[in-house]
Order: sequence, then structure tokens, then C-alpha cells
Amino acid sequence: MDTDELIPHRFLRKPLSAGYGNFLFRDKRYAAGDREDAGFILNQPPYRRAQVLVAGRNFGCGSTREGAVYALRDFGIRCVIAPSFADIFTGNCVQNGVLPVVLPEPAIAALCTLLEQQPGSQVTIDLALQTVRYPDGTLRGFEIEPSRKAQLLEGLDEIGITLKYAAAIARFENRYRTQLPWLAPVKAA
Amino acid sequence: MSAPRTMLQKVIDLHTVEQRAGELLLYVDYNVVHEGPFYAFDGLAREGRAVMRPAQTLGFADHYVPTVGRELGSAGIADPEARGMVERLQANAERTGIVHFGISHPQQGIMHVVFPELGMAHPGMLIVGSDSHTCTNGAFGALAFGVGASQIKHVLATQTLWFRQPRALRISVDGSLRPGVGAKDLALAIIVRIGMAGGSGAAIEYAGSAVRALPMEARMTLCNMTIEAGARAGLIAPDETTFAYLRGRPHAPQGAAWPEARAFWQTMSTDEGASFESEVVIDGSQVQPMVTWGTSQDEACAVSDVIPDPCAMTDPARRTRAEHALAYMGLAPGTAMKDIAIDRVFIGSCTNARLDDLRDAARVVRGQQARIPAIVVPGSMTVKRAAEAEGLHDVFRSAGFEWREPGCSMCTGANGDLVPAGERCASTSNRNMEGRQGKGSRTHLVSPAMAAATAITGRLADVREMAGA
Repeated sequence: MDTDELIPHRFLRKPLSAGYGNFLFRDKRYAAGDREDAGFILNQPPYRRAQVLVAGRNFGCGSTREGAVYALRDFGIRCVIAPSFADIFTGNCVQNGVLPVVLPEPAIAALCTLLEQQPGSQVTIDLALQTVRYPDGTLRGFEIEPSRKAQLLEGLDEIGITLKYAAAIARFENRYRTQLPWLAPVKAA
Repeated sequence: MSAPRTMLQKVIDLHTVEQRAGELLLYVDYNVVHEGPFYAFDGLAREGRAVMRPAQTLGFADHYVPTVGRELGSAGIADPEARGMVERLQANAERTGIVHFGISHPQQGIMHVVFPELGMAHPGMLIVGSDSHTCTNGAFGALAFGVGASQIKHVLATQTLWFRQPRALRISVDGSLRPGVGAKDLALAIIVRIGMAGGSGAAIEYAGSAVRALPMEARMTLCNMTIEAGARAGLIAPDETTFAYLRGRPHAPQGAAWPEARAFWQTMSTDEGASFESEVVIDGSQVQPMVTWGTSQDEACAVSDVIPDPCAMTDPARRTRAEHALAYMGLAPGTAMKDIAIDRVFIGSCTNARLDDLRDAARVVRGQQARIPAIVVPGSMTVKRAAEAEGLHDVFRSAGFEWREPGCSMCTGANGDLVPAGERCASTSNRNMEGRQGKGSRTHLVSPAMAAATAITGRLADVREMAGA
């Protein structure tokens, strides 16, 4: 699932204030004339209120567009479970409070079977404990880097944290510009 | 003696400001943005934060600019939302003081064409951008990669970025590429070989005699497609080709600074004996002119081949994906690629809109006539002027091609240059996902020479069978 499918480019010009939820999977969810396609799973109850998306390999590959994550988030998706994610997409998820969970392919196949047997059944993700609870009670652990976990749990102001290093950045710049004196910043064109 | 290091490691070490668990704070030489990440500027304003080093961020109007009727600048953009995007970048640039290549700038063009052609990408630099194809600049031996709007905001505010060490993957292309085979074909062949996620979590160093033999613009094409293999970045060691390209460009070091910079750049290549987490070796002489048949870049084959049968694929996920792709593309297994009729041709994009690309295409087109609509969109005003000075625009126009103004155009269609639903486009761009060139559009990725040949024959064509090639 690539970012063009998650949100086609023509919606990336829309103001964020109105919400991007309606743009999620737009070309799959809506038929001609922008009518909802009743056959698309996210247009059917109970999936209209889905909070967890279970997906295939290399989820979110393609462009850097953060709109893909805004669309998931604004639709109500809090967590995506997949065998692998594109690197840029993972970073964008963490920046916007969407949890990417990597599970092995067989574990995802087993989860899909359960979800198909009992449509609308519940999957519970505990980020603090790093577990996924399947509808049948099976518990599965997952890995997440500590800094990403902290950012998702605590909603940290990353810029504020980095600016605590402002003196180190200034020292670095001085040394760097001395070492590479030909790197004059560009002047306004 | 310190341990031998890869080029990737040298660039990372050169830019490391601080470390914390699992992450490095890296200093950013240049931050390049297009109209897209307005969220970053909005967020910064809302938080009352300033741009730390405005001279090190460059804004480019490329995604939303029209490729015809540019006389009135942004005021001439008919679509109010597209006009808003171009004007919003301009307003943000004026407010924050970042460098702006707007719609009427004499050097306007696609960010990944303009930035390197002005001599701004140097070996050893760390360059980030709001576009995934920022990895193009790795052709110079820079570490260059795309990030989302939140991280662009972080770079605007701090001139740094928290970074996870990627694994080092080396792809060596030995031997030499055959006539009619170019960097685009090589890039697609590599993606077929390692898969769309084959570069996941990695930075790729491209090496080997076939890579060293590539001119600078072809190296940019190769590095540009790195993201399509799922890798963060692709790098090529700086050498005489790199230095010759940079020498004399507006933002390359001048005078006494030149030999000093050049001596430094020569130290940035991978040391003998440095180790990579994984290595792939490809025989360059076996690479064929490539075409995609599906909706991801690893669904590609030689133009002389037939569409593979998904039933013969052993990986069930791959098989399902291929079945979906063929249904979307309206194609059947076993069809010869050269039998596929094409509706239109797009020559352009950050992958293939530089002067050498247009020369490759023009060589095939000269004296011929296009059977289907074909547009040529130069990558920048600089490319356009240089091409016109050689008369390439006349070659294209007299063959029935449209010669347009620079921008991203039909690669992503953000400016309204779209492929109608159900139509099949041979495109020199980088992505062939469902709906990429417009809802229902069907994309076949090819090299500029192959796109030109396809326009002449009206079918996917093997450039090696064309008179001018």
C-alpha cells in the first residue's frame, strides 16, 4: 500500500483544519461522482469506526507526504499492524500519534483469519507493555525504539528538546565552517 | 590508524552534533522544500518559532506550476488551489527569508534538477528535503534523503535532524552497460533484483565499473530511483566526473577554495576494507532496456520479454499483488511488451528531464513523427534554455511533440497535467502506482530514449531497433 493509494496527490493542497479523513483511500472508497462505494470495507459498519488497520508488506512506501498519515489519523486509525513499513512513513506516523506495529507475516496471517471469522472483533494494543492482544486472547509482543515509544506515549515537543542543544549546534557550526570554509551559505536569489 | 569507514559513515561522522539512545543529531547543510510542506511553515508560525538558518533552506515551485501559459506567473494559474500552493510558498519564503525559486524565477524548475545544476550539492554534504526524491543528490557523494513535513519543521527550527543509523548496502555493477541501455534501465533492473523493500532501512552505495562510467546526470537518475527500492539514500563516490561537473557552477567553490574543497572531497570515498552489512553484485552487460508492466517498480521486465504469469510466482503475496496489478493495467500474462499499444508519452520529471535525457530522446525522434500525443517537460529553465540552444525543441516540435515549461507535471499530476482514466502512458518518471498520474491512469516506466521510440511507434518500443538510436 503506497502513499498515492493512501491519499491521492490532489488532496494534499487542502487545509488541514477541515480534516483529511475523507481523503483516506479516496480512489478506492469513492466511486464516480464522489459517492461512497458500499463494497469498500471502510464504508461498511463496523469498519467505519475502525481504529486498527492490519496491512501487508512495505506499508506506506512511496512519497514523503505526511498527508497519508493525517488521513489515517483523521479517519480514526490509531495503529497500523504490518510485516514492514517504509522508513519515511514510519517517521511520519510517530510524529502524528499513529503507532506502527511490526509483526511477522505468519502472525499477521493468523490475526487476519481471526478478524475474518469474527468481523468487528477487537484487537487491543498496549504500547507501554508492547503487546498486541488478538480477539482470541493471544498476546503478541512487538519491538519499538525507546525514543519513538516515548514520543508516542508522552507527545514530546521534539523541537523544544533539540533546542536544548542550541549551544552544541552553534559550536558545531563554528567548527564545521572553519573546517569547510568554502561552504558560504547561499544568498537570497 | 582508524578503522576503514564507508562513505556513508564519513558523512554521518562529519555531521554528528550529539548522540542519544539509538539516534544521532545531524547538522543539515541544505534543506530543500517544494510547495507541499506548508504544514511545516504553518506549524512554526503557530508555535512562534523562527527559521534558524534561512539561507540554508531553498523553496522551489515545481509540483503545482502549470507547464503552459506561464506569462502571468502565479496569477495565470487557473486552478485556485494550485495557485494557492504556489503563492503560499512564496509568502512563506518572503516571511521567513528562505531562498525562493518561484514560478517566474529565471532558474525555476524541479528541485532535484535545479539544486544540483547550480552546483549546490557537494560531496560529503548532508541534504534533506520535503520530497522523497531528494536522494537524487547522492550522485555527488552526499547523504541526501526526504522527510515528512513534521521533520521539515524540525530542520527549519534547528538546522538539525534526529537520525537512525541506516544499514550500509553496496550494489556493485560490474562490466559495462550495452548500447541503448541507460541509468533508468539499470535502476529498474536493480529494483527487480532486490525488490521494492530491498533497500528498507538502508543507504545504498552504488559502485563498480558500470556506475563509475556513468556521466553525472545518469548518476542522478540512478540515485533518484533509490527510494523506489525502499532505501533512505543512495550514494556514489565522488571522482573526476563529479569534480568536472561541479567546476565553474555558480555555487561550486571558486578560486583558491576549489583545490582545497576538491582535496577534501577526495577523502570522502569509502576506505579500502570498509565493511557493508550486505552486498549485491550485478553484471552490467546483462541489463536490458526495461519497462514496467505492473503498479510497482519491481513489476518490470526487459522490453523484449512477455508479461509474466502470476500463477508461476512462488510468493503468494507477490502473486496476489501481480494479479491486482494486471487487472488494473488491463493486461494479460504472456503478452509481449512490444505488442502493448500506448495512448500518450511523457518525457520529464526529476528522474529524466536533464539535458542528457532530452538529447537521448531527441536522437531517436529526429526526422520521425509521433503517432500519439507526447509532451516534453524540461526539468528546469536552465535545461530548457540549453536544449533550445541546441535546437532540441525544434526536433521535438517538428516530430509533433509538445515542448513545455519546467515542472513536475505528469509525474504526479499535481498541476493538472493528468493521464485520463484507462489511458496508458509511457513515462520517464519514477512511480507507476495505481492512480499516480491521475485516477485510473496506467503507467509504464521507461527511459527517455524508450519513451521517444514509443511515441514514434505508438507501442512500447525497443530503442535498439530504432534508426536514430
